[in-house]
Amino acid sequence: MTIKGKAYIAGIYEHPTRHAPDKSTAQLHAEVAKGAIEDAGLTKADIDGYFCAGDAPGGVMPMVDYLGLKVRHFDSTDTGGCSYLVHLGHAAEAIAAGKCSIALVTLAGKPRTGAMPPRSAGAEADFELAYGATTHNVYGMCAMRHMHDYGTTSEQLAWIKVAASHHAQYNPHAMLKEVVTVEDVLNSPMISDPLHRMDCCVVTDGGGAMIVTTPEIAKSLKKPLVRLIGHGEAMKGPRGGKDLDLTYSAGVWSGPRAFEEAGITPKDIKYASIYDSFTITVLMQLEDIGFCKKGEGGKFVADGNLISGVGKLPFNTDGGGLCSNHPVNRGGMTKILEAVRQLRGEAHPKVQVPNCDLAIAHGTGGLLGVRHAASTCILERV
Amino acid sequence: MAEAKKYPAPQGNPESAAFWEAAKQGKFMIKRCTACGEPHYFPRSICPFCFSDKTVWEESSGEATIYTFSLMRKSPTGPFAIAYVTLKEGPSLQTNIVDCDIDKLKIGQKVKLVWKPTEGAPLPFFTAA
Repeated sequence: MTIKGKAYIAGIYEHPTRHAPDKSTAQLHAEVAKGAIEDAGLTKADIDGYFCAGDAPGGVMPMVDYLGLKVRHFDSTDTGGCSYLVHLGHAAEAIAAGKCSIALVTLAGKPRTGAMPPRSAGAEADFELAYGATTHNVYGMCAMRHMHDYGTTSEQLAWIKVAASHHAQYNPHAMLKEVVTVEDVLNSPMISDPLHRMDCCVVTDGGGAMIVTTPEIAKSLKKPLVRLIGHGEAMKGPRGGKDLDLTYSAGVWSGPRAFEEAGITPKDIKYASIYDSFTITVLMQLEDIGFCKKGEGGKFVADGNLISGVGKLPFNTDGGGLCSNHPVNRGGMTKILEAVRQLRGEAHPKVQVPNCDLAIAHGTGGLLGVRHAASTCILERV
Repeated sequence: MAEAKKYPAPQGNPESAAFWEAAKQGKFMIKRCTACGEPHYFPRSICPFCFSDKTVWEESSGEATIYTFSLMRKSPTGPFAIAYVTLKEGPSLQTNIVDCDIDKLKIGQKVKLVWKPTEGAPLPFFTAA
């Protein structure tokens, strides 16, 4: 059994807003849904599957009612920012099994307008909540240990932000369009050692959506054909405190699963969307999913290797979460959307990868240094 | 600064009650599985490794080394040090390093247990040894 080639992404939409105090969160979900449905050339009545995560107000039942959907399959798996990469895999499974034929996946919210509610805690609550773990300091702990074990430097991490900024200058919707240098990153204020302000992603309102469907339906529509050929998902946590190692993520399991299903290797990938909540997130993921050996991520990202047209692995050509958009503090959806644009040939001409036929969209969700999930999607232009 | 900080009282539950009762006596307890021999933290009734229910409480020495840390500068109560420390007995746990010069922390540094009061049972923290 495989989902290889059994589901296509037929519609995509990224909300142009980065600050939406004048809109409701449910409204943003509806706007991105409408955008993706129209991009596919479908109507709302065609949707028979719906996927959403913790950002959907009230969860899947109120959202289905609010949007006026009539669905026969739904999934509200929430694994933080990578939920939508998980949803893509799950939608493909559902489509392959005949449980639905046209699935809608939405993400939207407004953390820039107002603070998000605290994430819910599990059985660890009494043993961890008092210590003030946030995204910044937990990812800081990963970076600190990675530097200790492998000699990774702040300069190397800064190159990731520099590459993202080179791409963002061409995205009219990017929140930060200014090209920055390694020195700019190193001179930005320290937020949580060793992560500087420019090692952190933007906080944006907005959202995105996609339509996942069968090969037959996708071929009847007008958009270039983009299909999922491999998917993997995995989780990792401190697991009772045994053999703690914060220098790798669950990507070490999700990545190889996806590549095996796709029947290709990282060398075949022409474009990579890599989750970039922080620069260290990108560096660790590149190692974990096999673009370089563990510990060699610093060398791999340095000297513009991630800049389209300059380096070997063009990444996040929309400017990514570091410069363009990280809606609802969840970057998984926008990772898929830019990968689809690259495969369609719809990326900005300055960053479009020539003959881009194989792309990866990979992300993590939750807290990398604590409990998190990872999901890897390999996409092909047919 | 850290002294003025208020920490939330543990809510407790039937599974963790013995831990918090011991904490009130100044004893820092971990769990060990008598089937596979592995210690773990935070404590569970069923071993997260071999899934045996033969787990027993064991007092930790409270001696540990810093696995990693980060100084959070963006905090309304002032900078603080979050860390993972590895206990002499084996398990690593999330904590804060307190009551010492946090600008001088290093990975591999020896630290020791210190309790901080709450309105309920005290909470385990670590400081330079």
